[in-house]
Amino acid sequence: MSERTRFGRFGGQYVPETLMAALDELQTAWLELREDNGFLDELRARQATFIGRPTPLYHAERLTEHFGGATIHFKREDLCHTGAHKLNNALGQAVLARRMGKKRIIAETGAGQHGVATATVCARFGLPCTVYMGAEDMRRQEVNVRRMRMLGAEVRPVSSGTATLKDATSEAIRDWVTNVRDTHYIIGSVVGPAPYPEMVRELQRVIGDEARHQYLASENTLPDTVVACVGGGSNSIGMFAGFVDDPSVELVGVEAGGLGVETGQHAAATVGGQAGVLHGSFSYILQDQFGQVLPTHSIAAGLDYPGVGPEHAMLAELGRASYVAVNDDEAVAAFKLCTRLEGIMPALETSHAIHHVGELAREMGPGARILLCFSGRGDKDMHTIESVSPTDMPVIGGPQ
Amino acid sequence: MTLSLPNQGGLSLIPYLMAGHPDLATTREIGRKLVNTGIAALELGIPYSDPLADGPVIQRAGQRALDAGATTEACLEVAADIAAERAAPVLLMTYVNPVLAYGPQRFARDAAQAGVAGVIIPDVPVEESAGIARTMTVAGLETVFLVAPTSPDDRIAAACAASTGFVYCVTVTGITGSRSALPTDVNALLAKVRTHTDLPVAAGFGISSAEQVSLLRGHADAAIVGSAIVNELDAGRDPGPLVRELLSACK
Repeated sequence: MSERTRFGRFGGQYVPETLMAALDELQTAWLELREDNGFLDELRARQATFIGRPTPLYHAERLTEHFGGATIHFKREDLCHTGAHKLNNALGQAVLARRMGKKRIIAETGAGQHGVATATVCARFGLPCTVYMGAEDMRRQEVNVRRMRMLGAEVRPVSSGTATLKDATSEAIRDWVTNVRDTHYIIGSVVGPAPYPEMVRELQRVIGDEARHQYLASENTLPDTVVACVGGGSNSIGMFAGFVDDPSVELVGVEAGGLGVETGQHAAATVGGQAGVLHGSFSYILQDQFGQVLPTHSIAAGLDYPGVGPEHAMLAELGRASYVAVNDDEAVAAFKLCTRLEGIMPALETSHAIHHVGELAREMGPGARILLCFSGRGDKDMHTIESVSPTDMPVIGGPQ
Repeated sequence: MTLSLPNQGGLSLIPYLMAGHPDLATTREIGRKLVNTGIAALELGIPYSDPLADGPVIQRAGQRALDAGATTEACLEVAADIAAERAAPVLLMTYVNPVLAYGPQRFARDAAQAGVAGVIIPDVPVEESAGIARTMTVAGLETVFLVAPTSPDDRIAAACAASTGFVYCVTVTGITGSRSALPTDVNALLAKVRTHTDLPVAAGFGISSAEQVSLLRGHADAAIVGSAIVNELDAGRDPGPLVRELLSACK
């Protein structure tokens, strides 16, 4: 099993012994089911009718015009049911958990999108659901807390540490250690011990596979650059999976620069971290010289995590993908710009990537082609945006 | 000082202290006292920010220790001071990331120089242990692996084969912390572990009272008690009387 647990030197299974049998069970079930036509047919059917797949490829004409450079397309994961790519993974894992006979589901959530996605599939399948969420994130993402409760999930506040996604994840793992026999833990990103990083990638690769097919069909070529935001890194790895074997396509991950990587107040683990172990896998993490995991900062709760998926760490080390950091204020400006120019309100997480797309578009110039994974919608971030920018937004944008 | 628990000849006690909780000076003072009470070994925790195997009591103690400046270096110094009593062996319990950050070779060397007898790293299962365990062994440290109620036979066999010193048997499916009652199948698990090893077998997680300790007589070689002792320190009490009570329950 060791070959499959790693991405180069990254990954692995650094968890208490109590969980090891469950990870073996999960790995066995996953490897069987991913080859099982019945499972794959069920998944495809539910993706079509419950999630709303395939999501469209959208030509962002006014942003393209505004930046005056490369042609910009969005892969519209914001149009997935519940408003983000998270449902691709939650649905797949719920179907898997049902087939494994698990009676209870737990999850962690940062921005609440993964929590809502998990609560949604649990409602659909009649499974009891507990979602761990940092107390600070519950405040920031209050609407999503209400949505989860409406769907029947119990939302447990986590007040330890920084009361954000890191601490919610630790608490969810401790719940799993305690209730491992009947509980499945739906991890929301490509983090955690094997087989999660690979399994979540495979459940998210539908984004990249669809996008590649759609892009070729409409543009008769591949994009030059594919861009996605990276917290733990699930929308990005799903998108990258469709293009990683196309050497001409540049892959760019955008991390949360917070108040600036140089200030130490950020969540950019690939750009500003070191290799270490967090939540069961060896990857890049933000830590001090003693190996204690550092508090993070991002205006986007879903990016506010001090680690990154081990496959991203490998892609970064190999140079196959590059990673940049975009700051809070740049993300807020990109949120406003996209909302006003395209009539599409992006999640603050996605807004980080949109800012970088703007920079790249100008740099690459007309004739170049950029594809963005538009990971989620921004309704959940209304309060945050209004609190940092309460007045009327300036009128921006070109003619029309 | 080498680790030698009485093997199948009686029950002994391994208390746990979190280094730096509530402060390093207290840990040093209490640790020196405890090793002279007749305990089999002292388990000394090095705090970590995200302790996945620990419950709220030890997690909070770890956070308090970190806030009070308990670095790995400082914890190793405390371990050295306690080991210098030469009254009972000192074991370190910590998570893999502080060890990686310190450097596994440097950690093993400094721990051995401090007179530490062995290490327990609960988030390093046998599969991930090859490099780290070899480094510890080369430095002369025992490496204690855990078995859990969820471990199938092949995993129990692997943990027993990889362990030196003793095998740590997790008595509950869960994290550390007091339980009102131990699961009824604890003794069956201990008996199963014994079929895989001649090493002493210690029982830990969830054991907090003299009554629970006495139930392990004739089944385990040692009882490990952590959260109950940390609770005493949290309440500002000397854990000495609790440890004496637990010791008498071993007899």
